[in-house]
Amino acid sequence: MKVYVGIDLGSTTTKAVVLDEAGVAIGRGITNSRSNYDVACAVAREEAFVQARLSLVRQALAGEPALAELERSFLSDLSRNFRFEQHLDRLDALREALHAVADAPRHQEHRKELDALLERILSAMAERAAAHYGPLATRKSDFFRDLAAADYMHVAEQFGDPKGVTFETLCGLFDAAILIVENATSNDPFTHHIGTTLERTLASATPAVRECAPQFRRAVEAARGVNLEVAGTVGTGYGRQRLPFPKEQIRSEILCHGLGAHVMFPNTRTVLDIGGQDTKAIQVDAQGIVTSFQMNDRCAAGCGRYLGYIADEMNLGLHELGPLAQQSQCRVKINSTCTVFAGAELRERLSLGQNREDILAGLHRAIILRAMSLLARSGGVADEFTFTGGVARNPAAVAALRELIQENYGERATNISAESIYTGALGAALFARRASEQAA
Amino acid sequence: MSEAERLPRGGGFTPPASTVHKEQSMVLQKEMISAHYDALSTAHEDGRKVVYTFVPGNLTELLRSFDVLPVLPEINALQSGMRKLSGDYIAEAEKHGHSEDVCTYVKCDIGMLKKGNIGPTGKKLPPPDLLLLSYTGCFTFMKWFELLRQEYNCPVAMLQVPYQSDGRIHPHHRDYIVEQLRREVIPQLEKVSGRGYDEDRLREMLRLSARAEDDLVWVLESAKHKPSPIDAYFGGVYYIGPMFTAFRGTPEGVEYYQALRSEIEERLNAKLGPVLPDGLLTNERYRLVMEGPPNWTSFREFWKMFSEEGAVVVASSYTKVGGLYDRGFRHDPARPLESLAEYCLGCYTNLGLPTRVDLLDHYIREYQADGFMINSVKSCNSFSVGQLLMLRQLEERTGVPGGFIESDLVDPRYFSAANIKNRIESYLQMLEQKRAARKPA
Repeated sequence: MKVYVGIDLGSTTTKAVVLDEAGVAIGRGITNSRSNYDVACAVAREEAFVQARLSLVRQALAGEPALAELERSFLSDLSRNFRFEQHLDRLDALREALHAVADAPRHQEHRKELDALLERILSAMAERAAAHYGPLATRKSDFFRDLAAADYMHVAEQFGDPKGVTFETLCGLFDAAILIVENATSNDPFTHHIGTTLERTLASATPAVRECAPQFRRAVEAARGVNLEVAGTVGTGYGRQRLPFPKEQIRSEILCHGLGAHVMFPNTRTVLDIGGQDTKAIQVDAQGIVTSFQMNDRCAAGCGRYLGYIADEMNLGLHELGPLAQQSQCRVKINSTCTVFAGAELRERLSLGQNREDILAGLHRAIILRAMSLLARSGGVADEFTFTGGVARNPAAVAALRELIQENYGERATNISAESIYTGALGAALFARRASEQAA
Repeated sequence: MSEAERLPRGGGFTPPASTVHKEQSMVLQKEMISAHYDALSTAHEDGRKVVYTFVPGNLTELLRSFDVLPVLPEINALQSGMRKLSGDYIAEAEKHGHSEDVCTYVKCDIGMLKKGNIGPTGKKLPPPDLLLLSYTGCFTFMKWFELLRQEYNCPVAMLQVPYQSDGRIHPHHRDYIVEQLRREVIPQLEKVSGRGYDEDRLREMLRLSARAEDDLVWVLESAKHKPSPIDAYFGGVYYIGPMFTAFRGTPEGVEYYQALRSEIEERLNAKLGPVLPDGLLTNERYRLVMEGPPNWTSFREFWKMFSEEGAVVVASSYTKVGGLYDRGFRHDPARPLESLAEYCLGCYTNLGLPTRVDLLDHYIREYQADGFMINSVKSCNSFSVGQLLMLRQLEERTGVPGGFIESDLVDPRYFSAANIKNRIESYLQMLEQKRAARKPA
């Protein structure tokens, strides 16, 4: 079957979306952009194709009404176990990379001790990995880098010895090794892992699911067998110039966000996208064509990256900020949204005795105030309004935005998709599909 | 990487080849400017007097009729910007207490002064014998010369030019300026130069000005053709150079514009596009009108962001800061002081927002533009205030979508290439998308 791929190479994350022939998104992938855009692009794409194949499993199961009751839990377990398999695979790669890095001459003195320590850390990490992918587990991040770093540091802290292999040495090894792991791409991960994933899923499944194992196996086989032919690819995002595509296959993210938002919510007239280093206010017409836009200038104050720094400063996961801010009883008024001074501002507030929740609530409002100014400049907030980009996942940002839109523009239908982070990639994939149709 | 290798894939760009003929006028202009700075460097030794004055409302013919040489501080600043000197000058001015938000032309000029007043060509600039301030709408100009007066301890002649608040030039406006010229400016120039006012000499110069002005207008209006043989913004700033600076009323000025005109005539007949710093633009994809000054510190890079996409600027407001010749104004030897007064009144900087909107509206229609773009300059409130309102009004009136970018005149810190490129590309792709939507499927 023909598929169309859109890739959004953002400053923080890289997203990929795979569309089927009908223009329906069947796969989405995301990874951190890291320093190597080519790899980020390949990784996000691979993940989107894995998800596309899992969608094909779902489609295959839809043809078997007898499984209707069981399908949901089976698919969710399959998807979860697939991630777990990938995680274990990457842990193996990390093991190999760590030993390779430890092979440096300066570690020779403690080499034996170091190797033993690394093994102990890695086996502890493997145990923790199982917990990350348990049926009810919530993860701080979906990126291997984040999960592995947290686990590694947690364990290494206990093993570091000031007189022997220090914690700092262990950290240094990890930093070097994770780069190697991150910059490796795998070829066809679906085929590679789906066999073990299926067995693991069936082994831990309910008796009812196990009874239908042949049907489930058939569906997985069918999905694996489909030939996915890429009929078009379009790239967008901050790093789009770096994508190895010809110029015609590169689109501005403003157009992609406009079109993506239009397809997700056809009545959209105003789009706000808050990404890692850009905030964009976009007006679109009834066809999803951009009619005007405004974006922040060279200063990235109040963009997603700002929240990233705040999270780092507070030693929290990015997705923990919003819920914490929502617990605020008394919002602090903050004027500066300068990303560079974010840490200083935060420390100063904390030293004044203000509590984290109230400061965070103030920070979220400050970000949204900046976005409101761009919205005003682009022509205001029309009905309906769609909020996209990574920050749209943050409930405190969303709450502040709703409040300020209500205050300034009155009632507006506000759309936020759970998949909002993929809006740009979706728009890009839609452009790819259009171009392919026009050429035909 | 060679320039040719960096060319875009599929863009409308031809690499420089031996067949591409460089603009001869450009060479001529470079020689003229260099000779002018040479003359300035020895002006006092040669017994000549020097007057500093600004581009909008400059009275070059009057100055030259007294044998006085003009120095234009904004031109020094923009030249310093193009030669990558402005960053250091601005830092120097900031060291002396000028804040980050002050007009960067001012800071560049002050910094250059503090660092020895070496002009853009490397020759020392003479201190002024007089500061002639034609106030044509830019409030900062006054403060700038107040600062220079303290630095140089020299006299200032102030010409109060009434703002065109209702979009019209009234006879009493003109009379008021003529009165000041007679009572204030001319006597000061007589005193500084030691010469008497020679109206016949002035008339002769104005006659030369008008000839050059005819040719300039012809050149600017050549952009009405499709494809346009010129870029009226990035190329335009070169074309206005001699006219806006020291060469109005001179035989060199007349020669320059004759040469320029015949070059453009050739290009027009051959249906060639604008000359770029490194080639020829061969496929005009977008015709744009530009509002606001360009960025000087990354001028070529900025230009390339447009030319790589096949975007040609067919008319711009910035090329009117030193006079709206294309709207009919000419220096008139029959009415020397009156026409100088009308000249001052008519500069783009002296126009109110509705008049600016009218002018841009006219350009969009007359030059059949696909779009218009505003380069909003951080440190120039005189230009930037009201630009978003202008954008909205122009969109409403013309149905043509506007684009908005932000940079600065000569502060390199305010040029974010990735961000500006992103906006320009997004804007042009938006035009393309609209164009495609209009076409019947």
